[in-house]
Order: sequence, then C-alpha cells, then structure tokens
Amino acid sequence: MAGLISRGFLGRRRPAEVENRLPPGQYLVTDFPVLSAGPTPHTPLEKWSFTIEGLVRSPVTWSWQEFQKLPTQTYTVDISCVTKWTKLDTKWLAVSVDTLLEAVQVDPAGRYVMAYSDGGYTTNLPLEEMVNGQAFVAYQFDDKPLEPVHGGPARLVVPHLYFWKSAKWIRGLRVIERNQPGFWESLGYHIHGDPWKEERYSGD
Amino acid sequence: MVQPLLEWQAGRVTAIRPETRQTKSFTFALPKWMAHRPGQHYDVRLTAPDGYQTQRSYSIASPPERSGEIELTVERIPDGEVSPYLHDVLMRGDELEVRGPIGGYFVWDVRLGGPLLLVGGGSGVVPLMAMLRHRAAQHSTLPARILYSSRTAEDLIYRDELDGMAATDRTFEPFYTFTRQTPAGWTGYRRRIDAAMLAEVMRPFDSRARVYVCGPTLLVEVVANALVQMEVPIERIRTERFGPTGS
Repeated sequence: MAGLISRGFLGRRRPAEVENRLPPGQYLVTDFPVLSAGPTPHTPLEKWSFTIEGLVRSPVTWSWQEFQKLPTQTYTVDISCVTKWTKLDTKWLAVSVDTLLEAVQVDPAGRYVMAYSDGGYTTNLPLEEMVNGQAFVAYQFDDKPLEPVHGGPARLVVPHLYFWKSAKWIRGLRVIERNQPGFWESLGYHIHGDPWKEERYSGD
Repeated sequence: MVQPLLEWQAGRVTAIRPETRQTKSFTFALPKWMAHRPGQHYDVRLTAPDGYQTQRSYSIASPPERSGEIELTVERIPDGEVSPYLHDVLMRGDELEVRGPIGGYFVWDVRLGGPLLLVGGGSGVVPLMAMLRHRAAQHSTLPARILYSSRTAEDLIYRDELDGMAATDRTFEPFYTFTRQTPAGWTGYRRRIDAAMLAEVMRPFDSRARVYVCGPTLLVEVVANALVQMEVPIERIRTERFGPTGS
C-alpha cells in the first residue's frame, strides 16, 4: 500500500535543493537529536584505545595519544537517523577508515566488520562500504571535541547508512567473514540500513 | 528470532481523547493488529495529494492486552509538521497509515520481572504508561514506582489513571515533580529530577531495579548517570530520548 492520501494534509515543503537531499520519509532538523539505548559511557582518555582485530594479519591498537597523531580529514556530510530526522552538512574532523586499515593486512576472507563500543554496543557493516572514503572515526564535531552524548570521545561515521550504523563511543573494528547482526540489527532493524532504499526494519 | 515483516496498514481512528492542553490520545483499529511489547512504538505516515510523504514515530500508550487496536498519545509540537495535523485535522473515522510495532530494547513485560522503576519527563511518560497498563492488566504485584516530571500539574498526562492504579494496588506508587509551578498545598517534589530525588524514590528497590527512563535528553542523561553512580548494572538501565542536546 503506497500512500493512502491523508485528508487535509499538505505537508511542509522545503526548497527543491533541500528536498532532494532528504531520503524518503525523512524530515529536516537543524538541531542535533540524541538517541541511545542506555547510559552514556564516560571513558577517560588515558584508558581509551582503538583496535582493529579479527581477520587481520596482526591486530593493531592505538592509544588516544597515538590516535591523535594519525592523519585527519574534515568531512562535511548529511546524516539520516532511522527515527526520521536528517541533518545536512554536519562537519567532522576524523581519521578515515582507509587510514586505519593501512595499519593492518586484512585477510581476504574478511568481508564484514563488527564495530564495537564502550557499553557493549555493536553494529555490523560490509567491509566494502567502509573503504574508499565512505567511513571515518570522528573526534571533533563543528570544530569542538565530540561531546559524550553524541558519541565522544570518538564515534564511527558512515554517512551513507542510517545513523545507528555510526557507532558512538567506538573502541574498535572486528573484521569477520560472515555478516552478523549487531545490537539494533538483532532487535528488528535492517541488516544493511540504506536510507535511500528506506531499509529501516528487518524485511524492508 | 524471526522478525515479522512490518507492513503499512490503514488504521481507522475510533477515538480521540484530549489528555492535557498539549496532548491527545488517538485510538486506531488495525486490520492487521499484532501484539506489541510495552515500550514499543509505531511509525505514522502522512501522504499529501501530490504524493509528498512524511513519517514520525509515536510510542504506544495502550497495553498489548487491548487487542485489535492501539492507542498513541501525541504531544502537539507548535511548529511541527505531523503532530498539529493529528491534533487539529484528524477526526474519528479517518484512516491513517501506520506500521509497527517497532523497537526491541526499551520494552518491559511481567516476564522480565521487577522491581520496576520508571522515570519519565513530559510526554516521555507514554511508553512507561503502556508498561504500567500491561502490569495492571496482568494483575502483577511486582513492585513498581514511577517518578514523573512535568512543568505543572495540568501538564501531567494520565494522572487520574496513575492515582487510580495506586489506590487499588499497594505495590505501585507514583511520584510527581513539578518544574515550573506547583499546585496550592503541594508538599511533593518541585524541582528537576536529580540524583537525590532518584535515590529517595528508588530506596526500597536499591540496585536490583529494572529502570526505564524516557524524556528529554537532559533528564535522561542526569538520571542514567546517577543510576550508574548508584551501581545499577547498565544492562538494567534502558533509555529512550527525544529532543536536542541541552533541551
């Protein structure tokens, strides 16, 4: 059933240049909503580390200080949350996942990644959608350190997928062979999560 | 667990009930009703004559024991796109596209056990009410408390029902706090929820409680951080937030 007309509904229209950037079913926000399933972790920076492990020749771990020395890029991207909001032109300072993967040798059998975070959150991604500039680990938002409620000290950002894939409080990537559901993917959300295909829930 | 396919369906509005100045409850009869878990939500989709569509998510207020229909309680956001339509235009007999139930973490049912501590701010009380209505429908005696923050007494949603539940069930107790204005003679809390208030309400339950927190981000942050300090295991603290940072 595609579109039962809602009597008397006209909707709020945006200029076409904005409308064209909103995936189906999404609406524009200018603030930055916060969504998370549990308490916000507050890991001290001296205890923070970032690890790439799993199907790699030898795992690598960076301390916070070491991570800060990795080359960064500024990204300006649109983000879409499965709860329907889209925020345009968000600005991040981040380390590209390409840069991180250069430090390890990925086993050819490794085709997926499980991102994992403080607090036990996980989310799964195809490795091929993490490379070539498609994903980054950010620690500044809008030229300021990333706030804990938004995933600080560092979060994954994968702008072409719904924002639950952009794991807050990220601590590492585990390269795996077969696709496995992460936290929300086990609770009814889509295994892939492309907003332009409206892959919100399992079966979409 | 195999997930059922979530299809859009036309829900017919069978009742609209004002709750407060800003909130109304809408009952929809669903042709393909499915039992939900208290705490889950539905997506609502509106379509304009030219095909323009928009969607929002709203928490279910009714318990799964009310089969064949769902009740959504919606706050009217003055500059919103969907909630003013629901409040000002939608009428009994209209059809609206919905799909759900959605969300599998912010859920509680009697099988999960208690004691149950619910903490809500504003319309964040809605999914918590589904849990309490379910608990009452099951005649559960698992100890339960709700700490509910609202600007004024007039802004409290479901107050009569909460007080009614408490009057007939000694294992349930509601606590209200008002942040803007208190009614004459009010002797209860009159401030934003803080760690001290939470500790008082939680005292008989200590850290065994299962806690569900829903409201504006700031409230949820304060409460969830305080619960962690009180050594409630994080897997027993479940949160649902709305609103921007610092709201």
